[in-house]
Amino acid sequence: MEPTDTAGTEYFHRVVDCQWACPANTDVPQYIRLIAQGRFADAYLLNRESNVFPGILGRVCDRPCEPACRRGRVEAEPVAICRLKRVAADNRGDIEDRLPRAPEVRNGKRVALVGAGCASLTVANDLAPLGYECVVFEALDRPGGLMRTNIPAFRLPTSVLDDEIGYITRLGVDVRYSSPVQSLKALLDDGFDAVFVGSGAPKGKDLRLPGRDASDRIHIGIDWLGSIAFGHTKSVGARVLIIGVGNTAMDCCRSSLRLGAKDVKVIARKPRRFFKASEWELEDAEEERVEIVVNYSPKAFVMENGKLVGMQFEELEYEFQGDDIVGQKVLRDVFLPCDDVVLAIGQENAFPWIERDLGIGFDRHEVPVIDTVTFQSTRPGVFFGGDAAFGPKNIIWAVKHGHEAAISIHKHCQGMATTERLPRGVNLTTAKMGIHEWSYSNGYEPAERRIMPHVELTKRFKKLNIEVELGFSVEQIATEVERCLNCDIQTAFTPKLCIECDACIDICPVDCLTIAPNGDATEIDERLKTPRQNPTQPLYVSEPLPQTGRVMLKDENICVHCGLCAERCPTGAWDMQKSTVKIPYAAEESRAGEAQWQNSRKAG
Amino acid sequence: MTSIAKPKIVHSGLARNVLGLTVRDYEGGMSTLCAGCGHDSITASIVQACFELGVPPHGVAKMSGIGCSSKTPAYFLSASHGFNSVHGRMPSIATGASAANRDLYLLGVSGDGDSLSIGLGQFMHALRRNLDMLYIIENNGVYGLTKGQFSASADLGAKNKRGEENRQPPIDPVQMALALGGTFVARSFSGDKEQLVPLIKAGISHRGFALLDVVSPCVTFNDHEGSTKSYEHAREFNLRAIHTDFVPPEEEIMAAYDEGDVLPVELHDGSRLLLRKLANDYDIGNRGEAIEYLRTRHRAGEIVTGLLYIDESQPDLHGANSTIETPLNQVPYEQLCPGPESLAALQKRYR
Repeated sequence: MEPTDTAGTEYFHRVVDCQWACPANTDVPQYIRLIAQGRFADAYLLNRESNVFPGILGRVCDRPCEPACRRGRVEAEPVAICRLKRVAADNRGDIEDRLPRAPEVRNGKRVALVGAGCASLTVANDLAPLGYECVVFEALDRPGGLMRTNIPAFRLPTSVLDDEIGYITRLGVDVRYSSPVQSLKALLDDGFDAVFVGSGAPKGKDLRLPGRDASDRIHIGIDWLGSIAFGHTKSVGARVLIIGVGNTAMDCCRSSLRLGAKDVKVIARKPRRFFKASEWELEDAEEERVEIVVNYSPKAFVMENGKLVGMQFEELEYEFQGDDIVGQKVLRDVFLPCDDVVLAIGQENAFPWIERDLGIGFDRHEVPVIDTVTFQSTRPGVFFGGDAAFGPKNIIWAVKHGHEAAISIHKHCQGMATTERLPRGVNLTTAKMGIHEWSYSNGYEPAERRIMPHVELTKRFKKLNIEVELGFSVEQIATEVERCLNCDIQTAFTPKLCIECDACIDICPVDCLTIAPNGDATEIDERLKTPRQNPTQPLYVSEPLPQTGRVMLKDENICVHCGLCAERCPTGAWDMQKSTVKIPYAAEESRAGEAQWQNSRKAG
Repeated sequence: MTSIAKPKIVHSGLARNVLGLTVRDYEGGMSTLCAGCGHDSITASIVQACFELGVPPHGVAKMSGIGCSSKTPAYFLSASHGFNSVHGRMPSIATGASAANRDLYLLGVSGDGDSLSIGLGQFMHALRRNLDMLYIIENNGVYGLTKGQFSASADLGAKNKRGEENRQPPIDPVQMALALGGTFVARSFSGDKEQLVPLIKAGISHRGFALLDVVSPCVTFNDHEGSTKSYEHAREFNLRAIHTDFVPPEEEIMAAYDEGDVLPVELHDGSRLLLRKLANDYDIGNRGEAIEYLRTRHRAGEIVTGLLYIDESQPDLHGANSTIETPLNQVPYEQLCPGPESLAALQKRYR
């Protein structure tokens, strides 16, 4: 095989699985290291650079980083990355004076942002410090979008939301509350240099079945959660059925319990492994004694004397071929009594306020056509992000969209091509401090994942806004941070220094190194000391080694980055090097543009 | 953070042997030898061989003397017995241990100083008694612990780190073992695990004294230009005379071979060795010619490696002395020491 190119950006970036999996590329190992050192404010600010809302995301992120975490391949459970983020947020202290500020003199460009949710707020966060005048139009009387309306306060306290949104609005962002945008045309006519649409996916899907319109006790999940959040809905019947089994359904069933329901059932059409809800959200709901009923397909809402009394279902049996459903049959009809029904079967974006003659292309599903890199619509100057761009995803995706859209908006406003963007980079510096001294905690902590303590079941239902998760204790933090495998401390190999003494091969605690004759991919796989279990993980192949011409092979899959290969290497052929992935934001683009201008002036 | 011990991580890719143990269960403490020391590779090979053979760690006694090599038993088989003896006296301690408990498998690790200088006499007698043990000499040609003086195995003309030449002829344990009637004589190189691991397995399975001389570069004092025991020199001048395949008792011999090329040898425990000639002019099974061959190749500067001689027909120490099958430490005390009357009766017979 050809020698692996580690000089480019991608190889070492991919090794940091959590950061690679995070849509916003949060520098996870570094912030965990800062927490370990008790530098909570630094950890918070590092987080904020990439994900803007560490306190919010540390509670409710869908955490794509955790399934990717290397620790989960070495043992059963990944590092509690998400809840460590909350640790940084909870202990950060006052960081206001370390946040970016808007310049006193603006740059004269005006940007309209539709909706005060996570996507728009991220755009404002990136652009306001560069001098842009950001005007946010929000339909409700409070900012936050779905973070406020759809995530119940027992998971995300409003004070956390207010704090982190406040950091952005205090940058001199002009937020106009109770100002739903009725017409994009009118907005464009108002002379904005760019418009960003971050209006989310506010339309909950309905279930058109017999009896649907005969009762006011059938609710649409996201609307119902919003009305709870704003205090309009204060109670619910004793027996509640939740239709659907996504994360919204989990919030609905747990909210029901806090509004007085005694018997809450979540109804799923399919078996558990097809559930859309995250495993941990299911666990939290089940801990609260919510019953999850599988293989029930809704058939009708049943009324008696004009009052909802229950729902009729068909119980299904599925036929499988491997993991796929290839057939189904109805076993019987089932009636489940209830007082309320909540429909949590999905949501979609809707743009009744965008005129179709503005040059903004929509596809046949009435979804706007958006560039996946620049987030620009087919009309230059109009950008989309968050759920409004590609349908419902999670907050962390909206933040990513916001960052990218901010770059595009900056480029557009400065008359530059939105497609010409700064590349990513990876910086490497050695972690060697001396003989047997490394600048990171390389000891292997064998402890299992710490379990998040919860408020007792008897206490948590008393009020709607009692945060269930208590946060990690000091001891739990101290253990959990050490479970991180420091994937950003890379094993860097210099072939010409190797004397093939086998010291690294012998010391590696996970047998991920091999010295073997080179060959094609299949031959290499056969020669590895431990068979490859995860071919999606990178395999390093070195240049030929000086003494025998064999090659050094490294399967990155379960390398625990303990540094013992470098520690035992007599010639320094192996070194541990701290990698920092450089992700450009609008601020970097702005600085680069300025430098270019300065250079051209000097050259002229 | 400072230096750490190798963590014991049992990951899903880790294989298990017949005893249900992983290779991690055969490891020991963290090596304190220099990084890159050949001895650490031999340690790893012992770990690998014992894991693959399914040796029960509690049935092994690790025996050693003094020196860098003799520290290594601390780095493998941490669940085994062990004895770190006086300099050069390990063969006597091992003989005593074997006499007391013949069920204990003895794994001796020594160095060129321990075996060829101060302990030469002890080494020779253990060898001619055919004590049932694997005796590994980790041979680097220098006294590493005392800063790199030439040892008894340093080659004529080899240079030390300061460039001084060695002017005394070397003692070659392999030639000596052949001359003294050794029943298992092999040499290998620490940087060649493909050869070393099967040789360790064969040595453990052999009943009798298995001598395994391993060229093991001293990365600190003998890995320079002009050294004849450096990584580079050992790789360049390694002459693999015999290739050994080790086939465990329960496994069928799968590879087809011509009888002229391959010599199959059955060991006492039912495992088999397939010895294949790599050097055409080498005659397996001829003690005299083997010595001559080694001398010739050594004069040409080559290091002959492989299982160079094996004789399964000779009795070991216990066989030659017709000792009882039960290990002495399991014989009831009254029987082992029948009292003054019995002693008097015995003495009477010789009066």
